[in-house]
Amino acid sequence: MDGLLQAAASLPGPLGLDFMQRAYLAGLVAGVAAPVIGTFLVLRRLSLLADGLGHAAFAGVAGALLLGANPVLGALAAAVLGSLGIERLRSAGRAPGDAAVAIYASLGLGAGLVLARLAGAGNIDLFGYLFGSLVTVRPGDAALLAAMGALVVAGVAAFYKELLALVVDEETALASGLPVAWLNRGLAVLAAVTVVVAMRVVGVLLVAALMVLPVTAALQVARGLGRTLLYAAAFSTASVLAGLTLAYYLDVPAGAMIVVTCAAAWALVSAAAGRRAS
Amino acid sequence: MTSNGRIGAAQPATPLLEVSNLTVSYQREPVLRAVSFSCPPGAVVGIIGPNGAGKSTLIKAVLGLVPRESGEVRVGGLPVDRARDRIAYVPQREDVDWDFPVTALDVVLMGRYRQVGLFRRPGPRDRALALELLERVGLEGFAQARIGQLSGGQQQRVFVARALAQEADLFFLDEPFVGVDAATERIILELMAQLRRAGRTIVMVNHDLGVVQDHCDLVLLLNGAVVAFGPPGEVFRPDLLRRTYGGRLVAFEQGGSRVVVGP
Repeated sequence: MDGLLQAAASLPGPLGLDFMQRAYLAGLVAGVAAPVIGTFLVLRRLSLLADGLGHAAFAGVAGALLLGANPVLGALAAAVLGSLGIERLRSAGRAPGDAAVAIYASLGLGAGLVLARLAGAGNIDLFGYLFGSLVTVRPGDAALLAAMGALVVAGVAAFYKELLALVVDEETALASGLPVAWLNRGLAVLAAVTVVVAMRVVGVLLVAALMVLPVTAALQVARGLGRTLLYAAAFSTASVLAGLTLAYYLDVPAGAMIVVTCAAAWALVSAAAGRRAS
Repeated sequence: MTSNGRIGAAQPATPLLEVSNLTVSYQREPVLRAVSFSCPPGAVVGIIGPNGAGKSTLIKAVLGLVPRESGEVRVGGLPVDRARDRIAYVPQREDVDWDFPVTALDVVLMGRYRQVGLFRRPGPRDRALALELLERVGLEGFAQARIGQLSGGQQQRVFVARALAQEADLFFLDEPFVGVDAATERIILELMAQLRRAGRTIVMVNHDLGVVQDHCDLVLLLNGAVVAFGPPGEVFRPDLLRRTYGGRLVAFEQGGSRVVVGP
């Protein structure tokens, strides 16, 4: 391990810097987890859920700063609570899905800013959490993020066919006796975990891009759901690695740069798909 | 060709589907009032009525997809929640998202998910069954086609094949012939006849009185409440149809001649 780290330290450019190595690792984990969950959200017409959960996670970060706790765990707690709250409002029919998301999104951002100010957080810290930064991934976080990413991928793998049935046609899934309410809750919780994984590199306000853009690109070229997941993960990891590298050289916010590379990948794929179709 | 007397004497003690006193409300407005009827095994049952009569709501309430205010639904003597493995459902085409990235084979395989069980993937036998069912609905060669690229009739046949893959005893079809071609209608009607001969029961919502008259053993006339329930020969009467459809004109065949019922 030490030998590996020494070898890594001698790598050229950003690859040789330990904070960039952590950023790349976190970016890879987020790059795989975000589009995997994002695919199900996009197909359920719940793309904005990622956005709402990002905002809720921000309140968790600010709460953790105030209490002196680990911001990742704070974000995780807030996002999971938010996901269950949104799912509850949505499934009980007390608020349409998009309104339920909007309620939690605005509450999350508002409460987050209040808590962050009370905690005495400076604008620089907040900017990093909101828009992503190369240095927000702290040394102790890497293992936690990797574990959360593994949980997301394992959860989708374990319930793949049930989730597929759920998103294609919820009523038929319910009629045939699949545990639809639990699947919806599980999907919401995995989305919350994903948002927290992605938050470190892309920031809470831009999390949705990583969960939506690669998926919409993949949907244009893939035939089955399996291929869609695979292509989306490929587009997303490529965009994250390119975005992080560009952010390092251009000295711009990492999340913002990643969103731009994601959008560029989407535009390229769309153009290629359009040419193939015509 | 009516179907009077196909069932009757041999009717077994336990009905396959028994709906008693089912009441459903949307925002305190009753949509269905005290609906009761029961279906024996091996029957095709048609539910007809005007728009807004609650036909689709009735199927959804029976399946537990919309909350029941009161009443009871039993399948083979068990509450419907404990008999889901005996039920298959084909929703209205417009209730389904057809932009989905799944192939026809994927959709048919979904009919196997419950039997396959949690944490397992459908095996070679499930695949073989799914391919065989695609052939039975006339879609051999379309297994790998993306569902959104199929015609309306082909999509409907894929969903019927999925229902067949569930190997259920009781099938619910919501307006299966809306937006489909004549070939699809013929194939689905033939499959329904085969299922019926095999002792399965099909409950279908339909607005085409001719189809119901020719292919159903029992007809439920619905208009918020049950107007009549029985063999087509008994319920296709001008007074009952007038009560079902209110002021609207409906036409049907009786004794070889066309009868029009109006206000």
